[in-house]
Amino acid sequence: MNAIVLSALWGVIMMYTGVLSKKASVARAMALVGICLLVVVSALDLFGMPLVSVRTTGMLEFSNYGHLYVTVLLVCTAVYLLLSLDSMEEAVGQLSDHCALIFFSLAGICVTVSFKSLLMLFLGIEIMTIPLYILAASDKRNLKSNEAGLKYFLMGAFSTGLMLMGITLLYGSYGTFVNEGMNLGMGLLSPMAIAGIVLLMVSMAFKVSAAPFHFWTPDVYDGTPTVFTSYMASIVKAAAFFAFLRLFETAFGKMQPNWQALMAVLTAATLVVGNVTAVFQQSVKRMLAYSSIAQAGFMLMAVFALNVTGKQGLLLYAAAYSLATVGIFAVLTHMKDYTYEGFNGLARHEPLLAGLVTVFLLSLTGIPLTAGFFAKYHMILAVLKDGGMNWLAILAVLCAAVSVYYYFRVIQAMYFKDGPDPGLRFNGTLKGALLLAALLIVVLGIHPDWLLSLMNL
Amino acid sequence: MLSAFDNFPALLIWLPVIGGLVSFLIKGEERIRTWAMSSSILTLVVMGVSMLYTDDKHNMLSMVSYVWLSSLGASFSLVLDGLSRTLCLLTAISFPLIIAVASRNRYEQPGAFYGLLLLAQAGLMGVFMAVDALTFYFFWELALIPVYFLASRWGGERRMQAAFKFFIYTFVGSLLLLVGILYVYSKTPGQSFALGAFYAAELSKTEQLWLFWLFFLAFAIKMPIFPFHTWQPDAYEQTATPVTMVLSGIMVKMGVLAIMRWLLPVFPDVIPDVDNIVIGLSVIGIVYASCIAWVQDDLKRLVAYSSIAHVGLMAAALFTLRPEAWQGAVVQMFSHGVNIIGLWMVVEMIERETGVRRISQLGGIAHQAPVLTVMLVVIALANVALPLTNAFVGEFLMLNGLYRFNVWYAAFAGLGVVLSAVYTLNMIRRVFLGQTREATAAFRDIPVDQRMVLAVVVVLVFMVGVMPAPMFEMAEKSTDFLLKQIRPK
Repeated sequence: MNAIVLSALWGVIMMYTGVLSKKASVARAMALVGICLLVVVSALDLFGMPLVSVRTTGMLEFSNYGHLYVTVLLVCTAVYLLLSLDSMEEAVGQLSDHCALIFFSLAGICVTVSFKSLLMLFLGIEIMTIPLYILAASDKRNLKSNEAGLKYFLMGAFSTGLMLMGITLLYGSYGTFVNEGMNLGMGLLSPMAIAGIVLLMVSMAFKVSAAPFHFWTPDVYDGTPTVFTSYMASIVKAAAFFAFLRLFETAFGKMQPNWQALMAVLTAATLVVGNVTAVFQQSVKRMLAYSSIAQAGFMLMAVFALNVTGKQGLLLYAAAYSLATVGIFAVLTHMKDYTYEGFNGLARHEPLLAGLVTVFLLSLTGIPLTAGFFAKYHMILAVLKDGGMNWLAILAVLCAAVSVYYYFRVIQAMYFKDGPDPGLRFNGTLKGALLLAALLIVVLGIHPDWLLSLMNL
Repeated sequence: MLSAFDNFPALLIWLPVIGGLVSFLIKGEERIRTWAMSSSILTLVVMGVSMLYTDDKHNMLSMVSYVWLSSLGASFSLVLDGLSRTLCLLTAISFPLIIAVASRNRYEQPGAFYGLLLLAQAGLMGVFMAVDALTFYFFWELALIPVYFLASRWGGERRMQAAFKFFIYTFVGSLLLLVGILYVYSKTPGQSFALGAFYAAELSKTEQLWLFWLFFLAFAIKMPIFPFHTWQPDAYEQTATPVTMVLSGIMVKMGVLAIMRWLLPVFPDVIPDVDNIVIGLSVIGIVYASCIAWVQDDLKRLVAYSSIAHVGLMAAALFTLRPEAWQGAVVQMFSHGVNIIGLWMVVEMIERETGVRRISQLGGIAHQAPVLTVMLVVIALANVALPLTNAFVGEFLMLNGLYRFNVWYAAFAGLGVVLSAVYTLNMIRRVFLGQTREATAAFRDIPVDQRMVLAVVVVLVFMVGVMPAPMFEMAEKSTDFLLKQIRPK
């Protein structure tokens, strides 16, 4: 709760910071203070010590899981800001304005994860994505960035339209916006309600870029300035997944058998399409865009199964995937050459960076000792516990095996090939933040219970 | 009751881990070698000391178990029973030998090379001792990562492709294994990863059947069993010889051990349905690999195919479920490891001296290097399983078990033994006897330190060959225990 207020407030503060001081260092300091405060406030919420309490009757609902999820995302955002503020200033300037946009979208994230009414879902997703449209187009003189912004906006508006349509149809059928209020069971549904549910599913699939609604993703991620791609592809995506899970758990949970087969098809298609197309990419940035689709396939398994294991898995996935993606993108931002060849010989010139990138890649692949392993572990177990569709688990691991091909290409380039010094300028703070991300990944890879036990506070 | 000696299993993992991590930090090749050597010898000493402690009743020397992830029912459990002990002993003996051979060569980034070697040792020890499925899976994967880096970074020209092929093959296997493990886990009483809980899991026959194949595929790729062996000759040929020794001498035993401890006792009801398929594949593999080994011109590929044949016999013997065959397999795992590492050493010494591995370019080494030749002949005869050498007892018992299971399988597997004599003796004749060639004209006999390393192998060959009884005693109780798990269900 408090995180919503503070992040919105801090967005405004950031805007005034830009008016009062033109110095990037001031904006940087304010942004870091803001995100740290947000983490603290959200953690206080999690431990049941909210600073202020507001009545949100019928609109928002706060659960332990939601608080924990937001806290995890905010920690990832803190790591992201530590890694990216310098590059942001370099790439697009006007640091305070762009940070303000990020804080606004964080407010949207906080709303999205705690909606109780479909209206709040709509609002949250809009608040979360509208700043992103601007961020995508923020490199004003770059044609590709403009294209990305426009494309993102059009596709986003289109899918939001679908969502609104779905909400309307459901409202028409049941006369309420409240998730549980619709009281959907296994009984016979009116065609209007079915259309509404399917439209909601499609629009959410758009937002999390699940196949076959993923076509906007590679172009948008590729065109957007790399510093912002990192945020869009990791934290925002994880938040959208939470909304997806929450929607299908609270509103449509009781009629799971009705839509489960459809969700299985969606999941399988996302896994196959994401992994297979990622193999053919020549640019690491585009590869990461497709790999984000592939990883989305794994995260969809939580929505498919709707059990506790899946929820634990989604939490771990959000942490593991966001940290690793943010870390790799931070290194990529500093590269001049985005192709695989650009990484050639990195281990010789920058052994520490190469080692950290290897940890991130191993985590994305799902190798033990990294958080990515336990994330995948929980997803597979969730599907197996659900019982009905074990083939999905087998398909998922086969796709994970395909992912080795493109993730390990980067490792091969860094360690087993020779190349010129890419001349990366990484100061102590950046290296420290990367080290922190890698450390968190390894700690979660050895003992995920430390995070998961917080779910039962 | 916990005594100080119960910590042996943990020590056997932590020593190489620490040794490996420190190697990365040391500067100077000479110092790194000395460090890696002393670290591996320390591990061997600890292993040796641990052999003095036995608990005859349970045949479990010692066991550690820490609660790891209580919510998942996973614990960090290691045990040193007869089976683990045989393989850990093999690992502990092999690494000083491997490092001794490697230290004659110069490697780029020696810190990383020896560090990764020692980390691989830790991973292997973990696989051999784990009695918790999640711990087992962790080590199963973790042993692979250092070996992947070793294989890709050092070796022949096509090493990157070969190592990648190897990695993808085994990774597919291990991911399917993970699905299998998680499925069995979800059916265990009380949701636990403990080995005992896996044995007690309630699985219908249909479930057991598809789970069996998931598990089997992972293990078959690792061993490898025909037709999943295609990664192996390339990987063995392209990797640097010390890495090949780890791969073929020790790593393939991961698969054999897994079949004994993690496959057959977990899915006992389906063995009658699948044993003919598996034994059939193994026997085909034996004959096929032996025939191919015969016509190989590259020494490394020859040894690689010979290894497929030997491992195939172990797999076939295990599926007969006969006690003597199982004991033979355990002893043979140890002997095969020693012998094949010995063979790789000879190959490495020849390549180091002449720069070639092609049999057609070699010849007449016996005149120049009598010591090397004598050592090789002993090791080669052990590879052929001649009486009085270490491999004889094991192979005899395995063939015996196979014979009682089905005469025809034994006949074809026996053919493999005959063929192994053919290609091994053929190799000796062409490489060591006959005319000296250009490449071998200036062959100098091996230096003293390498003689000593080979002498250790030769001593081991004869020691186990003449007095196999202690090895069998060690193996017997473990195999009896595991077979008992299979029978009554």
